[in-house]
Amino acid sequence: MSARQNARLMQGDEACAEGAIAAGCRFFAGYPITPATEIAEVLARRLPQVGGKFIQMEDEIASIAAVIGAAVGGAKAMTATSGPGFSLMQENIGFAAMAEIPCVIVDVQRMGPSTGRPTSPSQGDVMQARWGTHGDHPIIALAPSSIRETFDLTVQAFNFSERYRTPVIVLMDEVIGHMRERVELPDPAMIEREQRSSTTVPPEWYKPFENFPSDVPPLMPFGEGYRYHITGLHHDERGYPTGRPDEIQPWLERIVRKIDSSLSDILLYDRDGINDAETLVIAYGATARSARHAVEMARERGRKVGFLKLKTIWPFAQEVVEHAAARLHHVVVPEMNMGQLVLEVERVVGRHKVRRVNRADGEMIQPAQILAGIEEWAK
Amino acid sequence: MKRQQRESRVHERYLRHNKKFPNIWCAGCGIGIVLGAIIRAVDKLQLNKDDVALLSGIGCTGRMPVYVDFNTLHTTHGRALAFATGLKMVRPEMKVITVMGDGDALAIGGNHFIHAARRNIGLTAIVVNNSTYGMTGGQYSPTTPIGAQAATAPYGHIEQPFPIAELAMVAGAAFVARSTVYHVQELEKYVAQAITKEGFAVVEAVSYCHTTLGRMNRWGTAPDMMRHLKEQSIPLRRAEQMSEEEKHGKIVRGVFADRDIAEYTHLYDQIIAEAERGTA
Repeated sequence: MSARQNARLMQGDEACAEGAIAAGCRFFAGYPITPATEIAEVLARRLPQVGGKFIQMEDEIASIAAVIGAAVGGAKAMTATSGPGFSLMQENIGFAAMAEIPCVIVDVQRMGPSTGRPTSPSQGDVMQARWGTHGDHPIIALAPSSIRETFDLTVQAFNFSERYRTPVIVLMDEVIGHMRERVELPDPAMIEREQRSSTTVPPEWYKPFENFPSDVPPLMPFGEGYRYHITGLHHDERGYPTGRPDEIQPWLERIVRKIDSSLSDILLYDRDGINDAETLVIAYGATARSARHAVEMARERGRKVGFLKLKTIWPFAQEVVEHAAARLHHVVVPEMNMGQLVLEVERVVGRHKVRRVNRADGEMIQPAQILAGIEEWAK
Repeated sequence: MKRQQRESRVHERYLRHNKKFPNIWCAGCGIGIVLGAIIRAVDKLQLNKDDVALLSGIGCTGRMPVYVDFNTLHTTHGRALAFATGLKMVRPEMKVITVMGDGDALAIGGNHFIHAARRNIGLTAIVVNNSTYGMTGGQYSPTTPIGAQAATAPYGHIEQPFPIAELAMVAGAAFVARSTVYHVQELEKYVAQAITKEGFAVVEAVSYCHTTLGRMNRWGTAPDMMRHLKEQSIPLRRAEQMSEEEKHGKIVRGVFADRDIAEYTHLYDQIIAEAERGTA
């Protein structure tokens, strides 16, 4: 099939659903919420066509719980929601981090706090994605800025979740979720799909939370002869509750290390014109579209502007930002919030170098506003 | 003696040998009796341990799965049924059993309880009803009787309790039974029936907490409270011939519902068959 034949007009939420199917997702549990409902609607129709299962649960807490239960049963599983539902899911996202259960949580961000404005875009859940649940834990969060990227990053989210035994968050926003674009989807045969790692050790030797030799011990599904215990309590290598500091500390260090030692795999970003830049623009999600436009406008005016688009926003691409900004005096960070990821940029490159450009009134951030931020520095 | 020997062998085959005992429950607690009933029911039904999953939420009852050699999942407070729903959907051939306390199943998890019943998904829900939050020290729960003293009801409790079995019945569960931790054999029989049932099956196991609610209300020792279960409970058949006044304060034991309703995962299989036909 030629690329032209494969081209479709597709909505972001639909691309997310199709990406999930392509990644091997065979279970979805969710609860209706704007602007993420279309993901559930598409999967209610599509999943049974490929032998998968869809269920609309009684609330978002039940949705993420069912997703974790399905993942324990061996399925690749996903839920999708928006801010209010994402808040409700936080406790069980922590459970998935604690029990190291692979799963994907999509948050199509809308304006908050509280009910906010359901059909207006926002990037207000950046910090909630990182720190929304209680306790120390690593997380991976990916933010697409186009319809094709939504497809690709949803596939990637499943791959990361299986490769690192961790919940992965796809942080979309209302613009990306509801926008339609022409996309050419990849040939299904060419899509990389991570399979969950398995073990050949006999069941009586199996330790589902073993700290050595791998930072990511294999997770055997329930029902296949490996009977073991999973709990949200701190646990030893077999999964039994423990209060021993010498068992808790190595576990916590391992789950942090399993992400921190794989940044070269996990950190996804696009760089453009960094080398001779005088000003650097860092953006993600829908904002990256306006930022890209603003960068081009500034270049037409003779400004030397570099652009760094982050696709992985958690873990934060600390060294990438540090390196890109090292020679520069000016870093512009546009966001559709009052300043969230910019806190990380400021931490890394120093507050005096950073110009915040924020819009949080329910409208999409415009290139002109970002351009003004660039120009202010370039004077 | 012979029976005792058989019983001890049953426990040996189902309790985890590599788990550090003793358990966390107070001496005299009824939860161990419910665990024993589950183990004997599974043994009687000759289920393969690999095919049994035991899930729980939080609280004293939440600690039950860790001791048993099944696929065990100790979830978050109130959410055992929601986790179990996901597991059952991807592993419909498994026997998925949840154990919950009354606070776990009916306060924080009340929404999941009625919706699992309405959906009639093939899960077994065993509710150990001790009328209080034991682990946190005797606060009032959705089944604490009116007038009782509780750690959070120092002036006496003013809310009416949920009748768990009746609630499950009207919510749509395929099988509903109630017994007590005194009626060990009856409890075991109901648990076995519930596990066998296609559809959502609820067993309410009435128990007590002598270390918190019992102590605060001067209801006596564990044996005293066990005696109360014996003396104050009546079979459903007899209750049906009694007036509301006569039934007041009684624990009605029996099978409240045993009906054939299409089970959820079976219905979903039909959806898959239909959807696959449509795309073939």
